[in-house]
Amino acid sequence: MTVAVFFGCAFIAFGPAFSLFVFTIARDPLRVIILIAGAFFWLLSLLLSSLVWFISIKASNSQDLRLQRDLLIFGVFFSVLLQEVFRFAYYRLLRKATEGLAAISDEDTSAISVRQMAYVAGLGFGIMSGAFSMINVLSDSLGPGTVGIFGDSQYYFITAALMTLALTLLHTFWGVLFFEGCEKSRWWVIAAVVSLHLLVAGLVMFPLDAAGELHITRASHYCFTFIHTARVI
Amino acid sequence: MADHVENAVNNVSSDGTEAHRHTETSPGRTEVELNGQPPTARPPQVLTDTEEDEDEELTLKYGAKHVIMLFIPVTLCMVVVVATIKSVSFYTQKDGQQLIYTPFREDTETVGQRALNSMLNAFIMIGVILVMTMVLVVLYKYRCYKVIQAWLFFSNLLLLFFFSLIYLGEVFKTYNVAMDYLTLALIIWNFGVVGMICIHWKGPLRLQQAYLIMISALMALVFIKYLPEWTAWLILAAISVYDLLAVLCPKGPLRILVETAQERNETIFPALIYSSTMVWLFNMADSAETRNNSSHPVPEQENQVAVAPTAQPEDDGGFTPAWVDQQQHQLGPMQSTEDSRRQIQELPSARPPPEEDDEERGVKLGLGDFIFYSMLVGKASATASGDWNTTLACFVAILIGLCLTLLLLAIFKKALPALPISITFGLVFYFATDNLVRPFMDQLAVHQFYI
Repeated sequence: MTVAVFFGCAFIAFGPAFSLFVFTIARDPLRVIILIAGAFFWLLSLLLSSLVWFISIKASNSQDLRLQRDLLIFGVFFSVLLQEVFRFAYYRLLRKATEGLAAISDEDTSAISVRQMAYVAGLGFGIMSGAFSMINVLSDSLGPGTVGIFGDSQYYFITAALMTLALTLLHTFWGVLFFEGCEKSRWWVIAAVVSLHLLVAGLVMFPLDAAGELHITRASHYCFTFIHTARVI
Repeated sequence: MADHVENAVNNVSSDGTEAHRHTETSPGRTEVELNGQPPTARPPQVLTDTEEDEDEELTLKYGAKHVIMLFIPVTLCMVVVVATIKSVSFYTQKDGQQLIYTPFREDTETVGQRALNSMLNAFIMIGVILVMTMVLVVLYKYRCYKVIQAWLFFSNLLLLFFFSLIYLGEVFKTYNVAMDYLTLALIIWNFGVVGMICIHWKGPLRLQQAYLIMISALMALVFIKYLPEWTAWLILAAISVYDLLAVLCPKGPLRILVETAQERNETIFPALIYSSTMVWLFNMADSAETRNNSSHPVPEQENQVAVAPTAQPEDDGGFTPAWVDQQQHQLGPMQSTEDSRRQIQELPSARPPPEEDDEERGVKLGLGDFIFYSMLVGKASATASGDWNTTLACFVAILIGLCLTLLLLAIFKKALPALPISITFGLVFYFATDNLVRPFMDQLAVHQFYI
């Protein structure tokens, strides 16, 4: 069961991204580089937002669970904003690179258009985001254990995989929209992308009414324990 | 990035005229611009614009391709190391043994003592590397080629037979595969002999590359196993600083080595260098061989003969700018301290310098760089509590560092150390991801938040 779950969840989470990579990006070295640089930028944004969150955690009272959860929510929103900032920074970098490339190449255009770069950059962000969310979960799904053995939701892995898939594709689309908005100086597009990202991040936290919260939190705590136990084993 | 590109444009354009006067270095290392002439002189353009433009375009067109040509082997090496670390527990078990180069133990009582011991270990290791490099430089200067060849030969022998035997044994233990000694001997014998042939003589390019990757991975695994925790991280940091100094400082051993090789118009140790393209011209087989094994008076002759199709007459100082140019132009040689590492790590040698035509410009990276990159990622996967996230972060960081190094290479066109940028990024990302990102991601996973 566990190997099947592993492969199933891996393919759900990364299948489309992987096929996109293989069919559209792998052939062109420049796109591969842009992809990896995009992943790097996402990573940088995550690093900085984790730093901020970490500092806020350390500066606060660790016994107060409510505060911790609120700080986490703040961390999430800050991370989303920082990701968009880094997306913009990456856009600026790519623009300058394109100009440089176009200046020296034969035809008047560079080897890669801004739209293609937008797609590749978005995919880079998406792949990295998905990988960071999903890889540890995947590696735990290989190990011994049964999901939901204490009566909680059995769907932890599959929902995680589906969420990862959604986020990866969303990042790709947001990348395209964002760059398009920057190109055409349509700031409302950029604002829409940012608010959509915030909305998605917030939606996941949505089922936090009293009963729902309890249920979800318990489920996730059990899953967390299961994962950590499995990891230790 | 655009600035670099613009600089590259400027550099390339002014280099267009000098391209054919580039003295090249051996595939090993450096590319000093002009033999005996100030490297930074940029004479006004006298060639036609079209030639220069073509050069520029070729540079940048091939630039991305070359980066990928190095990404793939580096990735493969890291994948092999990480896969081994995750599955074969032998390489993460600390059974108390340490290398003789790191005599101080880390299981001390106080943190201060441990820090001191690891610093001493790192210091000794770097000292050993430095001494070995000096020995190598001296040997090279006094033309004791046979000694060097023999040294490399025996290193490769050890690596290809003994270390791979141990590796295979541990893999069998992990997967509980029973194997008789006869079959094992057959496998190891074939593996080793083919490896020696491919690396020291000739063989299919892919096979040679595969062997180089495998031995780099083996070496990285040995380091991961036998270097204690803090020592390993300190050595990584120290060696990137050493690399930087040794390659860029005027009196650095590696720079001296490169310049000596350039003066003699020889390739430096066509060993321990991963090269992405090799075009074998069969009529050069003998001369290539003899070039490798010959002593002093012969090499220049050999070089001329060996590059007969594109050789220049004797009076251009023994340089063969055409093939040298092709070989080394822009993204030809890489860098760093593969020589020094060679001795320590007893890495196998690559082949005689490649002869490449216009379309086949390759790029080269020292095997020591492979080893240290893989060592970093391997340690990240072995010891990080953030597990796969940390490994992935280090992997991306190293690739980006390599990309930046290659970009700088395209701009400066001289041998550059490949370690500093990548290892710095790798270390920063390792510690940051392990300590900052991991708790954050864990909390997010608990609450099932997605960012």
